[in-house]
Parts: sequence; structure tokens; C-alpha cells
Amino acid sequence: MQRIPTAIWTLTVGVLVTLVAIWVGNHVSLFPEQASAQAPLVDDFFKLMLMIATALFLLVAGTILIFAVQFRRRPGEEGDGVPIEGDFALEAYWTLIPAVIVIVLGVYSVQVFTEMGGFAVGGGGGNHLLMGHQHSATAHLVSDEGESSRPKYGFGGSGEPDVTVTVTGMQYAWIFNYPEGIVSGELHIPVHKTVQLNIKSADVIHSFWVPQFRLKQDAIPGQDTVLRFTATKVGDYPVVCAELCGAYHGAMRTRVHVHTQEDYEKWLAENLAAQNPDMASTVAVNTDHQ
Amino acid sequence: MAQAQIPISHDMSVVPENHPKAWRWYHYFTFNTDHKVIGIQYLVFSFVFYLIGGLMAVVMRTELYTPDPDVIDPNLYNALLTNHGTIMIFGWIVPAAIGGFGNYLVPLMIGARDMAFPRLNALAFWLLPPAGLLLLGSFLFGGAQAGWTAYPPLSLITAPMAQSMWCLSIVLAGTSSILGAVNFIVTMAKLRVPSMPWDKMPLFCWAMLATSILTLLSTPVLAIGLILLLFDINFGTSFYKPDAGGNVIIYQHLFWFYSHPAVYLMILPIFGIMSEVIPVHARKPIFGYRAILSSSMVICFVGLFVWVHHMFTSGTPPWMRMFFTISTLIVAVPTGVKIFSWTATLWGGKIRYTSAMLFAIGLLIMFVVGGLSGVTLGTAPVDVHVHDTYYVVAHFHYVLFGGSVFGLYAGIYHWFPKMTGRMLNETLGKIHFVLTLIGANITFLPMHVLGTQGMPRRVAMYDPQFTTLNQICTIGAFILAFSVVPFLINVIWSWRWGPKAGGNPWQALTLEWTTDSPPLIENWHQLPVLTHGPYDYGKQRAEV
Repeated sequence: MQRIPTAIWTLTVGVLVTLVAIWVGNHVSLFPEQASAQAPLVDDFFKLMLMIATALFLLVAGTILIFAVQFRRRPGEEGDGVPIEGDFALEAYWTLIPAVIVIVLGVYSVQVFTEMGGFAVGGGGGNHLLMGHQHSATAHLVSDEGESSRPKYGFGGSGEPDVTVTVTGMQYAWIFNYPEGIVSGELHIPVHKTVQLNIKSADVIHSFWVPQFRLKQDAIPGQDTVLRFTATKVGDYPVVCAELCGAYHGAMRTRVHVHTQEDYEKWLAENLAAQNPDMASTVAVNTDHQ
Repeated sequence: MAQAQIPISHDMSVVPENHPKAWRWYHYFTFNTDHKVIGIQYLVFSFVFYLIGGLMAVVMRTELYTPDPDVIDPNLYNALLTNHGTIMIFGWIVPAAIGGFGNYLVPLMIGARDMAFPRLNALAFWLLPPAGLLLLGSFLFGGAQAGWTAYPPLSLITAPMAQSMWCLSIVLAGTSSILGAVNFIVTMAKLRVPSMPWDKMPLFCWAMLATSILTLLSTPVLAIGLILLLFDINFGTSFYKPDAGGNVIIYQHLFWFYSHPAVYLMILPIFGIMSEVIPVHARKPIFGYRAILSSSMVICFVGLFVWVHHMFTSGTPPWMRMFFTISTLIVAVPTGVKIFSWTATLWGGKIRYTSAMLFAIGLLIMFVVGGLSGVTLGTAPVDVHVHDTYYVVAHFHYVLFGGSVFGLYAGIYHWFPKMTGRMLNETLGKIHFVLTLIGANITFLPMHVLGTQGMPRRVAMYDPQFTTLNQICTIGAFILAFSVVPFLINVIWSWRWGPKAGGNPWQALTLEWTTDSPPLIENWHQLPVLTHGPYDYGKQRAEV
């Protein structure tokens, strides 16, 4: 093989593989629509990894297939192949390149994870929550259990969330308790507001997952967890239990309704009136709070 | 390629004339201490369990053909998914790869007459049938239903009798692994022929060494986790009961401390098989012998520090998610080194497309897909979305079906002539390969999309929007199930009537090919002497 054509081939293949990888990264969408502030972070990160994976797959699988065809034993051929036992430069190259790629991905994933609130679990917001909502029945439950049940796991954030809901997983339903006293089988939240879910389990481990939010957090018996997010799109999305929780695990589904602020307040008011007919006066107070 | 057969000055080096030459069929059903008998016992036992586990998968995929749970009861579905996973890991891949190939090949490859502790070896095998019976018997009590991970509290409250049997079964299988691991390490350290230095030991043996070290370090932890679970279920303790002061997260740490390394336990021997099959059929020295053996050792070490990536959405402190994201990603590097080395081994070869080689190349491509999706899963942000979904199911089936089962098939096609003295039929082998490759991809590729779109794993019922993709998967599973038929016909027919293989049908250079096929009871008349390395294809060799 002459030198120049090889270089040109390598360059052409490199450019083609890069183009295909970029195209795949931008056009192949495996994920459902994005409905939370965290979703684009995850998706962009996945897009980058999909590009790298596509490029690597094309290069490695392509090389294997080309070698497999090019170096097949032709009829009548005898003997062995070329006795090459290794090449230090080449081996160092293909150890270092993947090492650099995974370190870059590792650092990037730490950054994405920080932005998602992965490092602020039980931070300022969580503590505020415990103190700020002492009046509510659910907060009482939390504080009664003492220090050990303060959320250590999940996704948090700094400052106080706009809306706090206590989520309880049980075979095979999710129950949502609002500080205002509303109990619901479906989650209702306002769009563009910070929502913090305090997740509990009444029996076995469940996992709260909204695919459109790209967020998931297990509900662990004996240890509360938190999940803080901001919904960015009005609509309603499935809430899925992702951790095997018994025979009807697959049926443990509900919906999360993301409302505009007005609709959310309307929903709150209606439900307060319906569930606490004697507490009509608190409606004004609570809606004021927003 | 005849091996120099120089008698060495050692009393045990020559088999006496009156020694029996071969075993009879019924010896394979006894407490036999010959490593070759034990190897075949492991392989046949595990293949039977592969068929049983496969049948369970087919029933589950049939259930998933429609969104509603209309074929079987959801409790039975969960029992099937639990036992499918358990059997495929503890009844098939681990015993076949480590017990089967390891026992059969390690003494032959290092020029030993048997394993270091033959009776311990037989004991290790005979722990498995009761383990298998406990698993299958658990169906009489409803079947363990908490998944192969058996997370408490679910495992504490569903089918206590079946769950206890499940725990005992795994503890037995784990004990068997530990006994086997000790045996492998001592065998390799002490029984190599004097002419074989460590750096001429075949890569399969290196892989088995790494596997054995990993087994010794991780399996006891699983045993502890399960024994505590057993106590919680039966004897009123509360290690994992949150309402009595227990902690459910501790179990997950104990479980995954073994069960992630278990992935490497399954894959390292397969990597070893690949390192033997590829050079022989490509007629090339393996590219980067030292790189491959050191990457096995690196995987063995780093593999102990990645378990928390199974718990990113569970109870994991933030710093741990980051530490384990990075350590998980690092495993990709030594694994990549292996893939690149095998690919480079193909370059400049004269590749024979035997069924063994086809499965080896199939494995390479399947494993690249599984490895790349593994990188995405290793990073905490993406894992949070796809954890416990069909994306994970897709990933580990690419790794464990594409990576392990393909490798086991490659190994069977490669060493069947050695084990039985007869050749397998190549046409049936190629039909088997094509059906397996197509079936596996149709079954597992769509699962990536199912998972990212929102389908959780371990469900007997799902949203109607996922119907089409699930039906494709189910059809793939039927093809995959059918792909076993040509293989079974081939093995049974060839074992009895296949053409005679001779000592070295592939013209391979490792020591196991220097003796008869099948090898006589003590392996060699006279212990062999190494005259060249295990992969010296295409080089000047001392022909004798």
C-alpha cells in the first residue's frame, strides 16, 4: 500500500464516521419529550455519548468486518498469518484515547449531576422545609421520626421550593399529600415552579419515575428521599414505578399533571373546598402564599 | 506442530501401562475426581439449566406479546423472571464458563494431570445439583418473586419458603464457586509443567486466575448478605427490616459488592476463550499478550469498585454517585484494550470461518454494543433516567447473551473435538450461528428504545404504546429459542457419529492439543515439555 492513498482513506473514513456520528446524535432521539428543567441536561449529555458511541461502533465494528473479509483464508491457501505480537505505540494509543474519553465523560457527568441538584440533597432547602412547614400534618410526621429520617438521598437544591408534596409509595399506588391538607392519587404541580417531593414508602421499595422529567428516585422504607425539579411544559405525564414491588408492579402507574399557575391554584382551591368543607377560610391564606 | 515429548525426570511423569484409558458413560454420573469428567458434568448440567432458563424467558416473552397480563398469573410471572435471571447466572454462565471450561481446560493447558485438589473439585460440582433442585423446587412453594436481586423488604414478605430455598440455593452455588476458585489458583501456581513460566501460560488460564481471585474476594460478601436475609425471613432477626431498626440499603451494598463483580466473573473466562479461539482460527499470534493479561488483572481489581452504580437511584450519598460513575467508566478502558487487541489479531491473518470463529466475531460486535451502552449506564445522570428499565435489560443481554453465550458457543465449537474426539457438523453450526445472531438482535435491540421511552423492567403488563416493539422482541425470542435446535441435533449426533477429530484438528499450539482427543484419564502418557509459546503462529517453531 502506498503512503498517500492510505492517509487519504483514513481521512475520508474519519470525516465520514464523524459526520454520521453527528447526524445520529442529532437525529436519533430515543427519549420522550422533555418536560423538566433537568431533562435537557440529561439529553444533551446522552446526545454526546450517543455520538461517541456511534463513532466508536462504526470504527470498531467496521474494522472487525473489513479485517474479517480482507483476511479470510482463500481456497487453496496454506500456512499461518503474519507473526505480529504487538505494538507498544499502538497499544498505548488505544489505551490512552479511551481513557481520555471516559475521563472527559466522567467530569461532564459530574457537572450535569451538580446542575441537576445531585449534590444538594438535604441541603438548605430540605432543612427549611422541615422547619417552614411544621404546621402541616406531613411535616409533623417527618420531624417526629427525628434526625435519621432527614433525606440524605435524592436530588435537592438550595433555597425553599415553591411547592412541596409528600409522596408515599405503597403496593400498588402513589399517594400525594399536600401541605394544605389535600390528599390525591395523582400529582398536580404548577409549571416553572420548583417542586420538591418528599418520597416515602409504606411497605417495600418503589421507585418514582417520570420518563419525561428524566428523573427517578427510589422510595425507601425507613429512609425518606427527596426529588426536586422544575416542570417546564404544561401537560400530563405518566408516573411509573420502576422498582419491582410485587405481582402488580407493572400496574403501579399514575399521572403527573403540570398546570399553569392559574389552573394549579384553581385545582388547589377546588380540592381544598371538596376535601375540607369546614376549612374554607384557609383557602385564601394558602393561595396567597403563592 | 508436534510437541516435543521428552520424558522429564519425575516419578509421576509417566502413566503406567495398566492404567485405564477412558471412562465409561456412567462414570459421568458419579463422584468422579477427574477434572475432565467434572468439566463435562458442569457443561452438561449448565446447558440443561440454560434450556430451562430459556424456556422461562420464552413464557415471559409470550406473556409480553400483549400489554395485558393474560397468559400467566402475575405472581408466576415474577417467579419466572426471578428464576430466569438466577438460573442463567448461577446455573448456566458461571458453571459453564468457570466450572465447565475452567475445569476441563486449565490442567490440560498447563500440562497437569489433574487439578490440585481433585476431590474438592468433585465436591464443588456436586453442590450444584442440589442448588438447582432447590431453585426448581421453590416453584412448589410459589417461587421466589423478588427478582434475582431479592431486595428486601419485598423478599421478606413474598413467598417466604420459596425465598428461603432461593437463598440456600445461591449460598450453595457460591460455596461451589469459592471451592473452585481456591482449586484454580493452587493448580495454576503449583502444577504448571516445569517448562512453562507465568508469561507463557495461555491467556485462558490468566483469565481464570483473575476470575478466581475475584471470586474469593466477592462471593463471601454475597453469602453474608443472603444468610442475613435468610435469618430475617425465618428467625425473626431484623437486619433489613426498617420498622425494627434494620436498613434495606445495606442489603443492596452487600448484594452488589458480589453481583457486579459477578458480571466480570462471567465475562473474564469468556474473554479467555476469545483469546484462545481467535488466534487459532486466524492463524496469528495474539496481539498484545501482556496487554490482555494485564487488562484481565485490572478488570479484576477495578471491578471491585463499581458496585454502587446499581444504586444511583436508591440510597446513595452524592459523593458516592460521582466516585462510582468514574470508577465504572474506567472499566471501559481495559475492556476496550481487549477488544482492540482481538481486532488487531485478525489483521494479516488467514481466517478460517469455522463455527467457533463465527461465534467469536459475533461476540466482538455484540459486545461492542453492550459495552457502549454500558458506558452510558455508568454515568449517573443517564442512569437516573434509564435505571430499572428495558434499556438496562437490553444492555445486559447484549453483554451476557452477546458477550457470554456467544463465547460459550465459540468455546464449545472449538473444544468439542478435544472433549469428545469427534468433529461437529459445520453446516449445522453455521445455521445455529445465523439464527442466534438474528434472534438475539431482534430480541434485544428494540429493548433499548422501550427503556428510554418509559417501559420499566420486570413488569407483566405495560402501556399499549409499547405493544409493537414488544411484539418484535417476542418474535426474536422465538427465533432465539429455535436456534438451539440445530445446535442440540449437532451435538447429540456428532458426539455419537461425527467424524473422528484426531489430537489436533485446528493445528493449535496450546498444550491441550498435544494429547489424544478425548485425552486419556491422566491426560498424558508423558508430561509435555514446552518448546514454543501458546500463540506462536507463523513463527519458526522447534518442530520435533
